Amino acid sequence: MTQGATKTSSSAPPGAAGSPISGVGQPRDRSYDVIVVGGGHNGLVCAAYLAKAGKKVLVLERRHVLGGAAVSEQVFPGFTFSVCSYVVSLFRPHIIRELGLVDHGFHVIPLDCSFLPLPDGRSLARFGDYARTRREIAQFSPRDAEVYPEFGLAMSKLARFSKHVIDHPPPEPTSLAPRELLQLLRLGRGYQALDRDVRYLNLKLLTMSAADFLDEWFESEVLKGPMSVSGIIGTMLGVRSPGTAYVLLHHYMGEIDGAFRAWGFSKGGTGAVSYAIAAAARGFGVEIVTEATVDHVRITSGRATGVVLESGNEITAKAVVSGCDPHRTYFGLIGEQHLEPELVGQLRRYKLRGSSGKVNLAVDRLPDFTCRPGPGPHLEGDIAIVPNVDYVERAYDEAKYGAFSSRPYLNVVIPSLVDPTVAPPGKHVISCFVQYAPYDLEGGPERWPRQREAFGDTVVDTLAEYCPGLKESILHRQVLTPWDLEHEFGLTEGNIFHGELSLEQLLFQRPMAGWARYRTPIRNMWMCSSGTHPGGGIMGAPGELAAKAMLKAGAA
Amino acid sequence: MPIPTPFHPRTAALCTSMFWKEWAGYHAVRSYDVSHEREYFALRNGAGVLDVSPLHKYELRGPGAADLLSRITVRDIRKLRVGRVTYLCWCNDDGKILDDGTVSRLDDQHFRLTAAEPTFAWLHRFTGPHDVTIEDSSERLAALAIQGPTSRDALARICDAPLHRLPFFGVTRARLQEVDVWISRTGYTGDLGYEIWVDREHALTVWDAIMAVGLDHRVLPLGLDALDVARIEAGFIMNGVDYWGAHHCLVPSRQSTPYELGLGWTVNLDREPFVGQAALRAERARGPAWATVGLRYDWDEYEALFARFGLPPHVPLAAWRDGVPVYGSDGRQVGRATSGAWSPLLKANLALASVRPEHAALGTRLRIEVTVEYERHQISAIVSKTPFFNPERKRSA
Repeated sequence: MTQGATKTSSSAPPGAAGSPISGVGQPRDRSYDVIVVGGGHNGLVCAAYLAKAGKKVLVLERRHVLGGAAVSEQVFPGFTFSVCSYVVSLFRPHIIRELGLVDHGFHVIPLDCSFLPLPDGRSLARFGDYARTRREIAQFSPRDAEVYPEFGLAMSKLARFSKHVIDHPPPEPTSLAPRELLQLLRLGRGYQALDRDVRYLNLKLLTMSAADFLDEWFESEVLKGPMSVSGIIGTMLGVRSPGTAYVLLHHYMGEIDGAFRAWGFSKGGTGAVSYAIAAAARGFGVEIVTEATVDHVRITSGRATGVVLESGNEITAKAVVSGCDPHRTYFGLIGEQHLEPELVGQLRRYKLRGSSGKVNLAVDRLPDFTCRPGPGPHLEGDIAIVPNVDYVERAYDEAKYGAFSSRPYLNVVIPSLVDPTVAPPGKHVISCFVQYAPYDLEGGPERWPRQREAFGDTVVDTLAEYCPGLKESILHRQVLTPWDLEHEFGLTEGNIFHGELSLEQLLFQRPMAGWARYRTPIRNMWMCSSGTHPGGGIMGAPGELAAKAMLKAGAA
Repeated sequence: MPIPTPFHPRTAALCTSMFWKEWAGYHAVRSYDVSHEREYFALRNGAGVLDVSPLHKYELRGPGAADLLSRITVRDIRKLRVGRVTYLCWCNDDGKILDDGTVSRLDDQHFRLTAAEPTFAWLHRFTGPHDVTIEDSSERLAALAIQGPTSRDALARICDAPLHRLPFFGVTRARLQEVDVWISRTGYTGDLGYEIWVDREHALTVWDAIMAVGLDHRVLPLGLDALDVARIEAGFIMNGVDYWGAHHCLVPSRQSTPYELGLGWTVNLDREPFVGQAALRAERARGPAWATVGLRYDWDEYEALFARFGLPPHVPLAAWRDGVPVYGSDGRQVGRATSGAWSPLLKANLALASVRPEHAALGTRLRIEVTVEYERHQISAIVSKTPFFNPERKRSA
């Protein structure tokens, strides 16, 4: 039984007991301090912070369910899918505290294992248990087994420096204003405090490809395969493309927040994170309305004064903040007619180009891997289908020329194993993140709907090579192509991060040089999405930093 | 030298970490893996199965059983209905606590007392006028706790008891795989959960039956390390950790009273005489000398303290039980934290502490000692409500 991406039912319908949604279609009032366009997790974080500071805030969500891409839905009765994003990574601990999210149901179950099944019957499982991991890696390279923790320490040192970067607004290196210089100085001091060799390492990390960078440390292609792919997730680049190495840091950022174990499964799916934020926001007085599509932002004399809904109703506000990606914000909500041509050009050059898809399965039994039969802790973390570095580079080769990979890289999780709330007893949900699925399919992205099931079949076939009984166990299948991500979830070109996390689109250049501090050229019009610093993932940081920037600027 | 419990053949096979400890003379698993984290999250999201056989168990039978228990514990047990369990403690004549445990009324004239310490002799000391027989069933009975949100669904699949109708602190007879058992809705985790009491020769049948359905409900074997975190989240004090039974105290300052331990609510003071009554009455009149409170560390201060050393905030994975001093705002010591844990669920550093009553009001900011890089420092800790974690499901139908 197969089904496309369109049919959905909310796991917490509006008006249900405990639902943070206050209304459907129409807000209560006609005027607010701030309107947040989009009830994704960053929009909700932003709204919560603004309301906490006393602002009258309205969140407008187009869909019937909150969370944007951090969303849980019972697409098939009894099975809750984390439809898009599937693990919580780097959600900022101070946001959890400042918004009191634990009291609203925020609960993350840590991932302990990274499992790599291999086609030749061998496998590699990396655990939190250091000695066990060392033995596992030693099967492939005794040398790598010892280097592995060394590498981890070096990366953790760098990650500590990066933590400062993601927890603050981006620096502006072209300005000589004292405040900017001070911020740069602070950043520089943090950098100087790093060991000399770690500083050199940082330069390599920022310029090299993930594969080359790992080559400097490790010899085993088997180990480098799953390590290298963290550098390419969500980007239309290969593991041998320069500039992909630095994303390796992300993994180690999670270690820095170690106490909070913010790397894991959200109980009830990733939508539960959004609902916890929404519930906190509601507690601060935010009004949240679903099924309310904003047609455009009302702009009068270069100044945002409110929004016009698709229904034709107009709501005014002292400030509008967009939780949509830069493309939709500027071309959709604001409109090209309000923008300078140079800026329009910059925006057109902003790289979205989605590269991934998602296949969610409901199954009647656990997958049984030939290389490591039976249930066990190896199934409880993430499972990578990427037997070596060449495999994923080949998968990229196909994507470059407009085809989805015939043998893609898969990142598979079975959250129902550790969170029984998402599937009936004995049954499971399997989430497969798939790369590459290029938005620009040969013949045009509009060909995707006709390719959807073939794409789904490729993913299932790929996984079934490692667990033969898989196909017979499938009860339901949901396939999301980049086209579906764009049309159902509003992610332009299906880019899961609101724009690639490549270096030229980060920090003071996210989304554009000059407009990287959550502002836009339209006065009172702001951005709080993953398309702003520090970028994508269920982090909450853009939403928080945007709200704080707005409050500091006295907006609304 | 500890000896095995009736579940040992199963627990030993699973305990690949070889992390054991001694519990009341028995081998008890600390954690099955090198870290208890997986067990902890199974407990809070699925269920954990914990061998609690080392508990001391006593069967009191006869027309005088209720009177005897009412005489020696702080509760008026005569009021306990059949099919109900109550938590209580017992004291010496000076009103100093000896131990805490539960009493189940299995029948009109059959009670089961659980205790952390051997209590047979103490019970016998008071049998005098009462028509009662006392059996030490500690060896005869095996006990297995299944605790966590899926515990009911898992257990319901293998026994005939109507678990949805079994109230919090209720107890019932049941058939489980052709074996007669008692099931009580009790535990030491502050979660939905049950304890199964079974003759030792059937222990493995019960274990196997649970584990056979366990995979469907995320049921994992649970060791004492994960339990220790859970019980602190639940705000439960522990004999030998947060207080000491008076029989073991060399100096009076080590002794405690129910009021000092926050167990005043278990004391039925105004009734026929019971052991410790006069002393407890006097204490209630003058007020206890100590108060047991929950503390939450101020995370911002904690993080800032570690940042001074260039370190991320260190969070101990395991619960701790070596006491640390607690100070008032004026810097003078006002008590001690006796145990504590980082709660992965609440994302908070928790402790149970004994402080002078004038510092025990909710919200009071105290100072607690924290050691960083071998240096002793102090940060704020806020007096907080216990249980820290108290899910609705614990009591819900």
